[in-house]
Amino acid sequence: MNRTRRIKDQHAESRVFARRTVIAGVVVAVCFAVLIGRLTYLQVMRYDYFADLSQGNRIRIEPIPPNRGLILDRNGVALATNQPTYQLELIREQVPDVDRTLQGLVDIGLLQPDDIARLHRVIRARRSFEAIPVRLQLTEEELARFAVRRQDFPGVEIQPRLTRFYPAGGSAVHALGYVAAISEEDKTRIEEADYAGTTLIGKLGIEGTYEAELHGKSGFQQILVNAQGRRVDRLGLTVPELARKEPTAGNDLLLTLDTKLQKVAEAALGTHRGAVVALDPSNGDVLALASTPAFDPNVFTRGLAVGEYNALVTDVDRPLLNRALRGTYPPGSTVKPLFALAALEYGVVTPQHTEFCPGRWSSPGYGRVRRDWKPEGHGTVDMRKAIATSCDVYFFDIARLMGIDRMATFVSRFGLGSPTGIDIDGERSGIVPSTEWKKRAYRQKEQQIWFPGDTISVGIGQGQMLTTPLQLAHAISTIASRGQRFQPRLVKGIRDSLTGQVRELPPTSLPPAQIADPAGWDVAIGGMIDVANAPYGTARGAAARAPYLIAGKSGTAQVFSVASNERIRKAGELAERLRDHALFVAFAPADVPMPKIVVAVIVENAPGGGSAFAAPIARKLLDAYLLTPEELAAQEAKRQPAPVATTRGD
Amino acid sequence: MSANFDSSTQRTFTLTARLLSALHLDGPLFAGLLAICATGLGIIYSAAGEDLGMFLRQGGRVALAITALIVFAQVPPRFLRMIAPWLYGTGLVLLLIVMGVGDIGKGAQRWLDLGFVRFQPAEIMKIAMPLFCAWYLHERPLPPSFLSLVVLGVAIIVPTIIIMEQPDLGTAMLVAVSGALVILLAGLQFRYIFGIGALVLGSVPVLWNFFMHDYQRQRVLTFLNPQSDPLGSGYHIIQSQIAIGSGGVFGKGYMNGSQAQLEFLPERSTDFIFAVIGEEWGLIGLTTLLLLYLFVIARGLYMAATAQDTFARLVAGSLSATFFVYVFVNTGMVTGLLPVVGVPLPLVSYGGTSMVTLMAGFGILMAVHTRRSLRSREL
Repeated sequence: MNRTRRIKDQHAESRVFARRTVIAGVVVAVCFAVLIGRLTYLQVMRYDYFADLSQGNRIRIEPIPPNRGLILDRNGVALATNQPTYQLELIREQVPDVDRTLQGLVDIGLLQPDDIARLHRVIRARRSFEAIPVRLQLTEEELARFAVRRQDFPGVEIQPRLTRFYPAGGSAVHALGYVAAISEEDKTRIEEADYAGTTLIGKLGIEGTYEAELHGKSGFQQILVNAQGRRVDRLGLTVPELARKEPTAGNDLLLTLDTKLQKVAEAALGTHRGAVVALDPSNGDVLALASTPAFDPNVFTRGLAVGEYNALVTDVDRPLLNRALRGTYPPGSTVKPLFALAALEYGVVTPQHTEFCPGRWSSPGYGRVRRDWKPEGHGTVDMRKAIATSCDVYFFDIARLMGIDRMATFVSRFGLGSPTGIDIDGERSGIVPSTEWKKRAYRQKEQQIWFPGDTISVGIGQGQMLTTPLQLAHAISTIASRGQRFQPRLVKGIRDSLTGQVRELPPTSLPPAQIADPAGWDVAIGGMIDVANAPYGTARGAAARAPYLIAGKSGTAQVFSVASNERIRKAGELAERLRDHALFVAFAPADVPMPKIVVAVIVENAPGGGSAFAAPIARKLLDAYLLTPEELAAQEAKRQPAPVATTRGD
Repeated sequence: MSANFDSSTQRTFTLTARLLSALHLDGPLFAGLLAICATGLGIIYSAAGEDLGMFLRQGGRVALAITALIVFAQVPPRFLRMIAPWLYGTGLVLLLIVMGVGDIGKGAQRWLDLGFVRFQPAEIMKIAMPLFCAWYLHERPLPPSFLSLVVLGVAIIVPTIIIMEQPDLGTAMLVAVSGALVILLAGLQFRYIFGIGALVLGSVPVLWNFFMHDYQRQRVLTFLNPQSDPLGSGYHIIQSQIAIGSGGVFGKGYMNGSQAQLEFLPERSTDFIFAVIGEEWGLIGLTTLLLLYLFVIARGLYMAATAQDTFARLVAGSLSATFFVYVFVNTGMVTGLLPVVGVPLPLVSYGGTSMVTLMAGFGILMAVHTRRSLRSREL
């Protein structure tokens, strides 16, 4: 101890303690006085108010669901709106017998017998005073049917509510997604208090991914109900003050989609299974995203019967599948421009290098003899002509020279093999095969070995290579913009529901795909221009009489396995489903530094090859986007008599 | 020995007094506590919807708690002072064990299972904390030096944070308060009191802006205005105010509270039991109960003031004042004066652990007080 030690003074301490105890006693007394004052306020001064509330007349707190944000296309056309409908709601504490009531609703045809078990579960899980929707979107006729028997159903009321409505039905449904009843799984993701009074939640697409923006915040109001649970306006003579908080509507979303273009894409695909993706290469805007067949999202908002849902899920054509994001297809010859760029990058050939194509190719150690898609061959081709004619032999050879791993590394820079990062969920990665990939993909040693022959198949976009239509569009967009890459996006702005101000979202740029000699772009793009314009181009008909310069590339993807789907038994249909997929990628105008639009088209089991069947679809989109209505009409008039020049090729 | 004392009432009185004295019990305090417990049992029967099982279980807990009181009253204060640091250390170790082991049984992180008995180490801390702080200050000159404040500050904060993480905000707060009260009663200078107060106030905006998540801010805002979240935590408050307010001066009568009996009032036999009393017994019932509490607290403080050494004074004062905090936090919450914190109404709410701890604390209070009289007689 280096300090003088203070001495304990018992008497002084005792005095201090006594003073402190007195202070404590005073604090205690004051607090009790405050408490009793509070009790007097509650039990004497406001007695009448609270007594009324508790005696038969009760305040019920009713949530007010917010209006869901609208979804608009890039020109302000509404794609998803809210529509007033009527629904049946049940309040448990006012229903004398829940079983009898539900059965009664089945008897008058307002519920299906299948619904009862599910409704019982929902009713049990909610508070007894909460209004639980038991039937959404009543028709006029059902409304009338209930109204005449209303007295048989105490505690069940008709409520007007706003429900989601998609004016264009199934158009763009795979981009928009849909809304449906909140599932148990959804409840783990949301704050349930925010969804009091809300019955529908976004699933998939924009509706699902942007749920937080679209939903808004619930409001509430206190309402007075009498002993029978019916709403009343006053308590005896007094009109009590009732709290009310307005809901905050969800924010509106402005999409990059162009409804006009979207409809052209859907009409062009028609009844075929397939997908179309159109991008703006200067910012990644998704101008159109179509997947056929589609489905009508409006059926989900009114609640789907079990049978209806099963029909959708088990449909052979899989309408629920978003082919644009989740369909993976061999890209076929559409990747040839990428491999051409890769060959230049790694210096295995020069643009001037020529090769003689005899229509067949083989090399020691690379397995069987390969045939070109054109049995008589293309003669002597340089790189640009090899792209234009889609000469397989040329690409077999540069694949051999590069080797699979260099090819894989190069195309990965263009976004193949990984999700593009589009702003809706569910995108697939596709496959860019490599020696490394094969080791990861297969369990058994002998399957992990990479054969030289595998490389040759990948060289023309076959083998195990798989891409989604979106990835393909993104990769071609990267060529069109000479290396610039943007994350594809569907939402370009968010309009705040309170201020009405639009917050523009900036495009998200990705690391550019750079090549050592930028002259390479001219070769690849030149080849693609020749595809559509040169006399030897595989899709020369596709650009016929176009007032702008088109660059494109056709492709055909072999279908190697359909056996997995047992439902396809009929011989005729089997033959149809064994047909190749037709692909076409294009961009225009091709003679400016930044083209305006990139399109990728895939038609499953098409009756013709890529240039014959997919290219005209791409052309329709380019016309619709680049031409004025007058130009378009003039074009249509000219085209009427003459059939599109027949083109052959892959 | 004299003829004056031979009326039978007088004899019973003397007998009771001797029994109490032999058991080291304080008559008035004991009577007050029994009255509160009895009230609680009566209310539980009504609040639990005339569930005899719950009533009997709670009765068993009351018996256990009274036993704990009597047992602790037999412990000599000097022994208590001797074991105070060890008790604190044991409590801290058990808290750490629970923190480590608790991960196995998720949600049951507060409980330690010894096979034959399960208990919450946090409850030990409720007793050990004031004992430890009083032990530490007993030998040292008062008011406490800065060094003592630092040591005690750490000794209070560490277990508090562990209990907060369990998470049990209510208990953590009571443990911290029981320690802090010892220091306050020991004569902490007012400059420290105001300094710490200013520090806490000053840190609020910093916490609000930099350390709190949006949802935590929302919770604070809900307390300030329960009407903003009537379906969430505001629901409790709105319903309990309706229950209390509709009870009026005389109440709706025993087992006649429509809010409580119709299940509008949540947690009506535990944290919100005060509202049931208010609805069924009215202002008169609540005031009576509050006066009982006030009597117990006042008697406790009086016993503290008349204690003869520092340790006894500080322990007695802290235990009494903590009991008050307990009462005030619960009743303040139920009447809407304070935010919703999960603290039961002491000795009345359904549930056993905290009741046993509280009564054990009162046992210590009595041990400290009655031994004083013994010693002064010996002197």
